[in-house]
Amino acid sequence: MGPLIVNEIIPEGLNLFLAFVIGIGFGFVLESSGFSSSRKLAGMFYGYDTTVLKVFFTAAITAMLGLLFFSLFGWIDLSLVYINPTFMTSAIVGGAIMGAGFILGGYCPGTSFCALSIGKLDALAFIGGLFIGVFIFAEGYPLWETMYKANNMGAPTMNTILGVSRGVFAFLLIIVALAMFVVGEWSEKKFPRDEY
Amino acid sequence: MEQTDRSKRYLNPYVGGVLLGLVLLAANFVSGRGLGASGAIKSAVVSTMETVAPQHVATTKFYTEYSGSHDGGFWHNWLVLEMLGVLVGGFASGAIAGRLKWKVEHSPKITSKRRIIFAVIGGILFGFGSQLGRGCTSGSALSGMAVLSVGGFVSMAFIFGTAFALAYFVRKLWI
Repeated sequence: MGPLIVNEIIPEGLNLFLAFVIGIGFGFVLESSGFSSSRKLAGMFYGYDTTVLKVFFTAAITAMLGLLFFSLFGWIDLSLVYINPTFMTSAIVGGAIMGAGFILGGYCPGTSFCALSIGKLDALAFIGGLFIGVFIFAEGYPLWETMYKANNMGAPTMNTILGVSRGVFAFLLIIVALAMFVVGEWSEKKFPRDEY
Repeated sequence: MEQTDRSKRYLNPYVGGVLLGLVLLAANFVSGRGLGASGAIKSAVVSTMETVAPQHVATTKFYTEYSGSHDGGFWHNWLVLEMLGVLVGGFASGAIAGRLKWKVEHSPKITSKRRIIFAVIGGILFGFGSQLGRGCTSGSALSGMAVLSVGGFVSMAFIFGTAFALAYFVRKLWI
C-alpha cells in the first residue's frame, strides 16, 4: 500500500498537508532533544555531550527497521522508496565541506531552523549563510559540475556491496551503534561540562 | 535533577531517536522519500531568482536543470512544507519547555559578534556542501542511512569525520 503518494493513494494536496504535519513532528522532536542549542550540538565533537550520536543513530536504526518490517508485512513496497544515489566524489567532498560548516557554524540546516523557531539569532545568521552558500553553488555551477557528476555509482545499498541481506546488515549496524552508544556514555563522564 | 532549570531539561536521547526514526518512517511511508532540509533552501533560492532575475534563470544551467527535474512551484514543494512544519513544531516544543527567547548562544570565551560571523561562514560552507553532496545531514546522511544508501553512509562519515578533525583547532568557539 505504501508509499502512499507513489502509489497514488492520496491526492497531492493531502500529501503536502502531511509534509507539514511530518515537519511539525520533525521540529518538535529535534527541539525536545536539545538540537536547538549549538553548544549542545557541538558537544558531540568535544565529547561532553553526545546527544547527536545517540539521537541520530537511534533514529536511523528505528527507520531502517521500520522499513524492513513494513516491507515484511506488505505495507510498503521498498522498490518504490527513493534510495539516495551515490556520486562518490561529491559525497566525500561535499560531506567534508559540510563537516567544516558544522564545526564553525554549530548547526546543520535542519537544526538551524529548529533553533530559529525558539529565537536563536546565531541560527538566523547560519540560515543567512545557507542561502549564500546555495546561491554560490548555483551561480558557479559550471565550475564544479564535473566534480558534482563524477563517479556516479547509481544507487547501491550497503548490503549489496557487502554481499549480505538487508536484515544481516541491519543487525550489524545495530551492534555498531550499541558499541558507539557505550563510547558516548563513557565520553560524557570523561569530559564533563556543567554549564553550556 | 530536581534543581535543574526547566529549560535545560531535554527528552531522553534514545527516546528522541526512536521518535525521530518514526517521523522518518512516516515520511517514507507517505512520500516514498525521507526527510530533508537543504532542499527547501534550494527551492527558496531558485524561486527568489526566478522572481528577481527571470532572464538570468532562463539562461543559467543550474536553474534550468532544477526546473527540469522539479515541477510545481515553491508552495508545492514537499520539503518547503515540511520545513515550515519544523518551525511550528520547534516553536511548540520550545514553548512547552520554556525555552522561547531571543538569544545569541555562544561560549563565554567569545563575543556575540564573533559567534555571528562564524555562524554565517559555517552556513555558507554547509549550504555549498549540501548542494555538492546532494543533501545535508537530514536528507543525505540520516534519510540515506535508513534506506541503506552507500552515499548516505559516506556523507555521514565525512560530515562527522571532518567536524571531529577540525574540532581541536576551533575549540575556543565552543568550550
